[in-house]
Amino acid sequence: MNTPQPDNERTFIISVLTENKSGLLNAITIIFTRRKINIESINVSESEVVGVSRYTIVVKLTREKAEKLVKQIRKLIEVLGAFLYEEEDTHYQELALYKVPLEPFLNDSQNTIENLIRQHFARILMVEREYIIIEKTGRKSETQQLFEELKAFGVSEFVRSARISISKSKRRTERFLEELEELSARTSKKVEYQD
Amino acid sequence: MQTLQAKSDKETSVKQDPISGSEAVLRCLIEEGVETIFGYPGGAIMPIYDALYGYADKLTHILVRHEQGAIHAAQGYSRVTGRVGVCFATSGPGATNLITGIADAQIDSTPLVCVTGQVASPLLGTDAFQETDVIGISMPVTKWNYQITNVDEIPAVFAKAFFIAKSGRPGPVLIDITKDVQNAMMQFSYKKCEKIRSYAPYPKPTQQSLQDAAELINTAKKPYILVGHGILLSGAQKEIVEFAEKAHIPVASTLMGLSAFPTDHPLYVGYLGMHGNYGPNIKTNECDVLIAIGMRFDDRVTGNLKTYARQAKVIHIEIDPAEIDKNVKTAVAINSDAKEALHELTPLIKKQSHTEWLQEFRDCDKIEHDKVIQHALHPETGKLKMSEVVNVISEMTNGEAIVVTDVGQHQMATSRYYKFKVTDSNVTSGGLGTMGFALPASMGAKLGKPDRQVIAVIGDGGYQMTVQELGTIMQYNIGVKIVVLNNSFLGMVRQWQQLFHEKRYSFTEMTNPNFIKLAEAYSIPAEKVEQRENLKAAVQKMLDAKGPYFMEVIVETEENVFPMVPAGASVTDIRLE
Repeated sequence: MNTPQPDNERTFIISVLTENKSGLLNAITIIFTRRKINIESINVSESEVVGVSRYTIVVKLTREKAEKLVKQIRKLIEVLGAFLYEEEDTHYQELALYKVPLEPFLNDSQNTIENLIRQHFARILMVEREYIIIEKTGRKSETQQLFEELKAFGVSEFVRSARISISKSKRRTERFLEELEELSARTSKKVEYQD
Repeated sequence: MQTLQAKSDKETSVKQDPISGSEAVLRCLIEEGVETIFGYPGGAIMPIYDALYGYADKLTHILVRHEQGAIHAAQGYSRVTGRVGVCFATSGPGATNLITGIADAQIDSTPLVCVTGQVASPLLGTDAFQETDVIGISMPVTKWNYQITNVDEIPAVFAKAFFIAKSGRPGPVLIDITKDVQNAMMQFSYKKCEKIRSYAPYPKPTQQSLQDAAELINTAKKPYILVGHGILLSGAQKEIVEFAEKAHIPVASTLMGLSAFPTDHPLYVGYLGMHGNYGPNIKTNECDVLIAIGMRFDDRVTGNLKTYARQAKVIHIEIDPAEIDKNVKTAVAINSDAKEALHELTPLIKKQSHTEWLQEFRDCDKIEHDKVIQHALHPETGKLKMSEVVNVISEMTNGEAIVVTDVGQHQMATSRYYKFKVTDSNVTSGGLGTMGFALPASMGAKLGKPDRQVIAVIGDGGYQMTVQELGTIMQYNIGVKIVVLNNSFLGMVRQWQQLFHEKRYSFTEMTNPNFIKLAEAYSIPAEKVEQRENLKAAVQKMLDAKGPYFMEVIVETEENVFPMVPAGASVTDIRLE
């Protein structure tokens, strides 16, 4: 028997491949609700395969709880696959938008805002008569840092997207779906066993 | 000429007159071999009922008295026949009344297809009359659900529904059909569903897991088998006997597994769990290899998980991967249908003998017999006891009846003392513990197996939760034998109040109606038994009755069911008194 490693609560990424069916988002999220597990972020988009959606769900859990949760997600009929990743097994990104009044930019004699945008590798998405919109991609800590620094100029609106991530796994979705075709075709051997 | 003839034949076979969505629903059911439907009409399902009027020769519909009765009847039907139970309800309250039964079927893995009417699709989301979001409400308690808003979807959705309900780990499916779809016309053709790419119901047991399991079993000194509902669902009754006999391993059963293994088999050691037998509970913590087959380590079986079978290497044969390592850590998991796993595993097992180990169970039986069973079955004074009533019924039916139980003390007494000799004979609400289950479930069981004796054993509390189904029993002359064990208490709650709440009997005492008059009001012959000396004759009269029959037995008011593993305690902390 291995000595058990401490199973601390930490960030996991659950990546779910599903058929594109209405109501499935609800079916997936109630699995979390029932267990009183908070979803840190959730993103749904079409995957590289037509008709297959990819959910990227971020949760803070112990591995044991996360594994049990993933098994419950797999039970949903239209779920093709659900995969559990530690944070470091993925490459991930988020997008943030900041609405800031135009006024400070017009009087930025020290280039403070310009330097801020350069340092954070952010960009100006749009300039309107009253405000500008700044866009930044990055991890949560990075988009949060820019938010903190922009506060001095008045951020009238701030939004951050759900995390999207790509796993380091070599698995190819197309190949995975082919395997599923075989697995799902398997029927019970009951008939052969009769007497 | 020949070509022309062939062409016209083909056309007639393909081109049929269009039919309504409602008729298509019934045609789908016939294609799936459905014979009996339990249901209750209402506004949003009226087109389907109208179509049913013309299908009376092909489909039997049983009009229940409440939708909960319909779904429990469908469950009872399914549990004794192994077929998919079907029920109909209207939108709104009709559909919500099904929910308890759907949740019950989900947790007890019972295949059902529930069809609910829905308001016309333009009215969806407008708070129309009798509109409820049934898809949303039933989502957490169904294996699958779907709302049909396009008439052409009907055949494919029904085919999928039956396939999902029945395959793999079975469960309830709900199809919600808007009223406009029921009235719309379509060209009908049907193809059974054989596969859904996102759903693999029959995982293949790996060679590695089979070999690992065989090695553990072949070197075990004190192996122990726990059988569950999965044996019955997979039809592995023969395989489990062969497996247990070859390796000479004691077999205990969960509540849902009762009747999967014959109680008179020399290797059968009894019933597991909170009110299970003494040996089967305490030996869980003494065995070296625990082989759990088609069961899910419910908390009523395991008690405190921290002290459950920690010394044992656990082999778990289970079709649902989510159940593996959920409650109990396994040494070897065989993820497959129980029948297939046993068929593959038995040839790898050495012929063995574990006589001394089996004797340890028998020694426990002696202790339990002296401290509990003897007093439970053969009291000489005082009021009748539930246990002795069940024992008399068990003896007089030779353990060959289908026994349907509700929830509570009578259920535990029946599970302990009815000696099942025939498989697929135990119908009870296990996981959900639904009071009111037994009476309607017994109707379904009798309609499913009309040639067998079907006895519903119910407490006075649960009986009154669905007692209106006496109307259904009367209308269709369903020959169920109803036994109400009346202690004028919600007995199990009262027992807990006595043991854990200083006898503070908070709202558990019941003033009951005259049950005999009530049965007679429904033209059901009835007898009340109060004296021990009258019991056998009354049971015989009941068993001999041709049609439905009601027997009320006045039992001891403050009888407790023992043994008992208190909630959250270890299985070794089982109390005999």
